[in-house]
Amino acid sequence: MRTLIAVFLKEVVDNVRDRRTLISALLLGPLFGPLLFAFVINLSIERSISSAETTLEVPILGREHAPNLMRYLESRNLAIIEAPVDRDAAIAAVRTGAHDIVVVISPDYGERFAAAMPAKVEVISDQANRTADREARRVRNALRSYNQELATIRLSARGVSPMVMRPLNIDDVDVSTPSGRSVILLGMMSYFFLFALLMGGMYLAIDTTAGERERGSLEPLLSLPVTRGRLMLGKVLATCVFMALSLLLSLLSFFVALKFMPLEQLGMTPNFGPDVVGKAFLLLAPFILLGAAVMTLVASFTKSYKEAQTWLSVVLIAPTLPILVVSILTLRPRLEFMFIPSLSQHLLLIDLVKNEPVNSMHVAISVSSTLVIGVLLTWLCARLYRREGLLG
Amino acid sequence: MIKVDDIHKSFGAVRAVRGVSFKAEDGKITGLLGPNGAGKSTTLRVLYTVLKPDEGAATIDGHDVVEDSLEARRCTGALPHGAGLYPHLTARENIAYFATLCGIPQKDIANKVDSIIELLEIQEFAHRRTKGFSQGQRTKVALARALVHDPQNIILDEPSNGLDVMATRSLRELILKLKDSGRCVLFSSHVMQEVAALCDEIIIIAHGKLAIDDSTDGIRKQTGCDDLEDAFVAAIQMVEPE
Repeated sequence: MRTLIAVFLKEVVDNVRDRRTLISALLLGPLFGPLLFAFVINLSIERSISSAETTLEVPILGREHAPNLMRYLESRNLAIIEAPVDRDAAIAAVRTGAHDIVVVISPDYGERFAAAMPAKVEVISDQANRTADREARRVRNALRSYNQELATIRLSARGVSPMVMRPLNIDDVDVSTPSGRSVILLGMMSYFFLFALLMGGMYLAIDTTAGERERGSLEPLLSLPVTRGRLMLGKVLATCVFMALSLLLSLLSFFVALKFMPLEQLGMTPNFGPDVVGKAFLLLAPFILLGAAVMTLVASFTKSYKEAQTWLSVVLIAPTLPILVVSILTLRPRLEFMFIPSLSQHLLLIDLVKNEPVNSMHVAISVSSTLVIGVLLTWLCARLYRREGLLG
Repeated sequence: MIKVDDIHKSFGAVRAVRGVSFKAEDGKITGLLGPNGAGKSTTLRVLYTVLKPDEGAATIDGHDVVEDSLEARRCTGALPHGAGLYPHLTARENIAYFATLCGIPQKDIANKVDSIIELLEIQEFAHRRTKGFSQGQRTKVALARALVHDPQNIILDEPSNGLDVMATRSLRELILKLKDSGRCVLFSSHVMQEVAALCDEIIIIAHGKLAIDDSTDGIRKQTGCDDLEDAFVAAIQMVEPE
């Protein structure tokens, strides 16, 4: 026991003094998530606000042919501005990006309109351009509703009920709660936490294995009257502490960062109070042992610090895989998923943030299966340390 | 007392040690001499239990290095080749860490560390972090670390490598001090003069095999060379390569 504590304390002290470990564990990992999240949220808020409320300026060629249409568009919060001289110039202007969109009203508009024939209105836009696409949609919607209104009037004038034109009455009913809506964005946060967790212990896992070998301090250490399993366990435990600290910090920084994000403007109210921070920590905590064991195991196989860094960056991404697969296939949480580490934590965390009841059976399976895998991997690490091949 | 009985060790196709036997007794300095790649380090690594021999056995104070490796390690202090320190810990902390792992009671650690620091005359930089230490300073701290638990048997793998004249001299004095206190000192080197100046018993190995195991005078006699360097070369040529 004393050996274990001695190894543990030495690794903690050694790494606390190492600026690189400290920065990556307690600064980079925990702050990366909230910062990225804040950036994405602010960007999407900016975009959604810019769409509906602001007046959209639309260059229209041939306005004089359709004065009524012009008045209608102005009532839909579209400002009509000077357009390029002709249709070719309009296409060129859109292609070069001088205008996002140009509406062209054909010269025979009035004539055909009066004859109750379809009158031609062109919307020129670059559909590969995402912002232009949204503006074009606004213009198209305005034109479509004008079209609808006119059709209704014409049918009524001919004594036909406009209902003939509407065999279906389609209505969207959105049942998502404000908390539920935030899930789309908050879905990625579970990965930030797992990332911060792993990042926190990464340099420690390298330092205690590949680093120790590269420095030449592993052989003296192994020549001491100490069992290798105990040395290993002390190292894995020290890695666990750094990971736990990093996880806690990232949860707290997220909690603080959310307070400064105008999420309500997006119709989101994430459930992320102090109690959720605590529960999330407990849900993610079993992953710490697993992460520490995996990182130590992988780093033990490598020959140098650099090689270990390369392989561990792969380990950093690994937890996204199950999350990604399930998100792409949009699978609902199932019992079997709870056996998969990282995925089970992700799904439970989402339920927690959605403010939905968390299935205690699921929690039990997630915690125990992750812990069992973690213990197995730690045991494997200890076994590996008994191999002389470890010395390279 | 260290006994080596016909050990073999291969790394893949490379047969590093092909049957080496010798004895290193208490109160004596035994030198393991050989050219580069002769199998000196491999032999010593088997003795401080980092490697397992493929064949043969070795004991330290009667403890088998494979079967009873924990006990064998307990009575051994080893300085591996190019031993590294923890750069973020001070010299003192480096030594104290090993003292704790060797099972020295907490209350005695400070005293033990102090006395070994004094023995090796490293008081001047004991409180400094070992990052940026010179080769000589590093070797001294690594040696202090290996000796902190008062081991009866001391195994040093090329301890004088990279040391200047002053450092080599103080290392030599230390080894003699250890001998006088009845310890069994086994060290390796590829410099004949260094070994001859210190050792009571010289073991010359080449190509993974034992060439000669004798005193300095005995080696002179066996090889018929008066000059030590000539004797060394002659001894190496007694072993045919694989």
